[in-house]
Amino acid sequence: MNIWDKDYECMPREDIEQLQLERLQSTLNRVYKNVQFYRKIFDKLNVLPEDIQSIQDLSNLPFTTKDDLRDSYPYDMFAVSLREVVRLHSTSGMTGKPIVVGYTKNDLKNWSNLAARILTAGGVTKDDMVQIAFAYGLLTGAFGIHYGAEKIGASVIPTSSGHTEKQIIIMKDYKTTTLVCTPSYALRIADTMVNMEIDPKTLNLRLGLFGGEPWSENMRKEIEGRLYIDALDNYGLSEVIGPGVAAECQYKDGLHLFEDHFIPEIIDPSTGNLLPPGEKGELVITTLTKEAFPMIRFRTGDITKLNWRQCDCGRTCVRIEKIMERTDNMLIIKGVSVFPSQIELVLYEFEGCEPHFQLVVDRKDRMDVLEVLVEVSERIFFDEMKKQRRLLENIKERLSSVLGVNVDVKLVEPQSIERDLNKYKRIIDKRVI
Amino acid sequence: MLRIKNINTYYGKVHALKNVSIHVNVGEIVALIGANGAGKTTVLNSISGITPPREGEAIFKGVNILGLPTDQIVKMGISQIPEGRQIFAPLTVSTNLELGAYHRYSRKNKSSLKKDIEDVFSFFPILRERRNQIAGTLSGGEQQMLAIGRALMSKPSLLLLDEPSMGLAPMISKDIFRMISRLKDELKTTILIVEQNAKAALQLADRGYVIETGKIIMEESSKGLLNNKEVQRAYLGKEKKEIWE
Repeated sequence: MNIWDKDYECMPREDIEQLQLERLQSTLNRVYKNVQFYRKIFDKLNVLPEDIQSIQDLSNLPFTTKDDLRDSYPYDMFAVSLREVVRLHSTSGMTGKPIVVGYTKNDLKNWSNLAARILTAGGVTKDDMVQIAFAYGLLTGAFGIHYGAEKIGASVIPTSSGHTEKQIIIMKDYKTTTLVCTPSYALRIADTMVNMEIDPKTLNLRLGLFGGEPWSENMRKEIEGRLYIDALDNYGLSEVIGPGVAAECQYKDGLHLFEDHFIPEIIDPSTGNLLPPGEKGELVITTLTKEAFPMIRFRTGDITKLNWRQCDCGRTCVRIEKIMERTDNMLIIKGVSVFPSQIELVLYEFEGCEPHFQLVVDRKDRMDVLEVLVEVSERIFFDEMKKQRRLLENIKERLSSVLGVNVDVKLVEPQSIERDLNKYKRIIDKRVI
Repeated sequence: MLRIKNINTYYGKVHALKNVSIHVNVGEIVALIGANGAGKTTVLNSISGITPPREGEAIFKGVNILGLPTDQIVKMGISQIPEGRQIFAPLTVSTNLELGAYHRYSRKNKSSLKKDIEDVFSFFPILRERRNQIAGTLSGGEQQMLAIGRALMSKPSLLLLDEPSMGLAPMISKDIFRMISRLKDELKTTILIVEQNAKAALQLADRGYVIETGKIIMEESSKGLLNNKEVQRAYLGKEKKEIWE
């Protein structure tokens, strides 16, 4: 079993802790000097970076939240001047404020290295043909994996997302061995293969690295059984670096989180208190090597737990449990994050809409479908059909552009959304993952 | 090999080192770069006990050496080559070398000392030629070799090198840097080097730390540091700083 960065991935605990402390202290010194947001926090708490004398002391500092990042749109969180930034990416928020992240030359180098680690952990070697079916664009997914695969020396096929039939023809003709995409798209590919009467057994495909959305063991079994591959999970988020934060090795028993670049903490999402080792809670990440966009105690919103037991693969870094839940109501629709609060804001723009709505998520043909049920006032409901139609179209258009994914909208009578003790269920997720 | 945590060193009321944490692995060359007065030399002096830190922890081969007197630290295998070489100018080259082994100097050890001097001579053949010359009459480069040779006499496992290129002509300092990488390759010495000439030091080193006003602001591979725009601007003399925003 190959390990890309043996020196760091298999570091003895003592050494890793020393390295983390050194890198944490230098990161704090840099953010205090260069990022106003963090300097304000330090000054308000009346602490100096040098008061942090151990990794445990980190818990004395406040969190950085998604809202903090949105408020600092676009560049206020950057710790270097823009002329040192060689790349920008952002989260999906189409209007409102997305989160803009930057990379220096060194950040890109570290990112490629981290991606090379996750690919190697999954079993990719320089002999592989890696087909990347993540969207190339502002999102981070495709590029990180792309660099990592090139670094290893594998051959990259940057098909980007969509055009499933074409993807499959490329997969067959170019002799793809490794597929990189979201797990649901992998199933879509399997379905399309059936329609195209292509037998996956005749392909060269042997490996799949999937990420970008939660998926269960059952789904893994289905993908593996239908595509005849090994399917592995990896975890990353743009605010931290993109793909390359943590990944499964071939033992598929938790995701190795690369502790020489990130410090993980697990907190109780309601109180913000640190939880005892091994307990389940919200994952908080501090970056240790990021130059352009360092993060101190970023709340990921993802629920998991940490496992320090050494893995049979030889890596010593801590493992996080496969992530299946989130703390907020965030929905991931076709790999794009959607918050109910965004929808609420849009609905307020329309006269006659009640702020009562329900989201129904389902999967059709393997792809996520989001339907928004909106209660409208009786006046509108009994109004002429034409007006109603127009309202529906307007809401639909507005929502799709704000969220960045297509949604279906249905207008319903007031009080028709099921309420439970006056609280109505905001999200109905029918997806089986 | 050496693991330092949260060292705080003061000169009177001046807080010179603020929570410095660094480590040096066996067989590594680690460079510490920074501007004048940033605290580079103070880090070395704190390790060797010349200016003992007020707080912190320095574990060398499993033992906390903080607060130990310098002679004991030398005995444990740490040897410092001071800035400006500080050789004993009126004494001969051989005597200077013998003094490097002062802590184990005894009649009994005489033959092993002789052998060690021979080893230094075979590493720096020029010193053999000059063995009976008064050290003060050596050229700058030769004096630096002598200072390194003298430090090697205490059989160190960790060498602390303070500004080895200081005051030397560019060609000569190139020679010295070549010697230092030979120290690593041939004698397997672990080295912590402090240098104004950041570029040369980073080309030599495996990893580096950047120190600024008593604080470490970066830990990176040498390649990463050479790539870093801020390091280039501040210490490598590339691209002058412009005011932005």
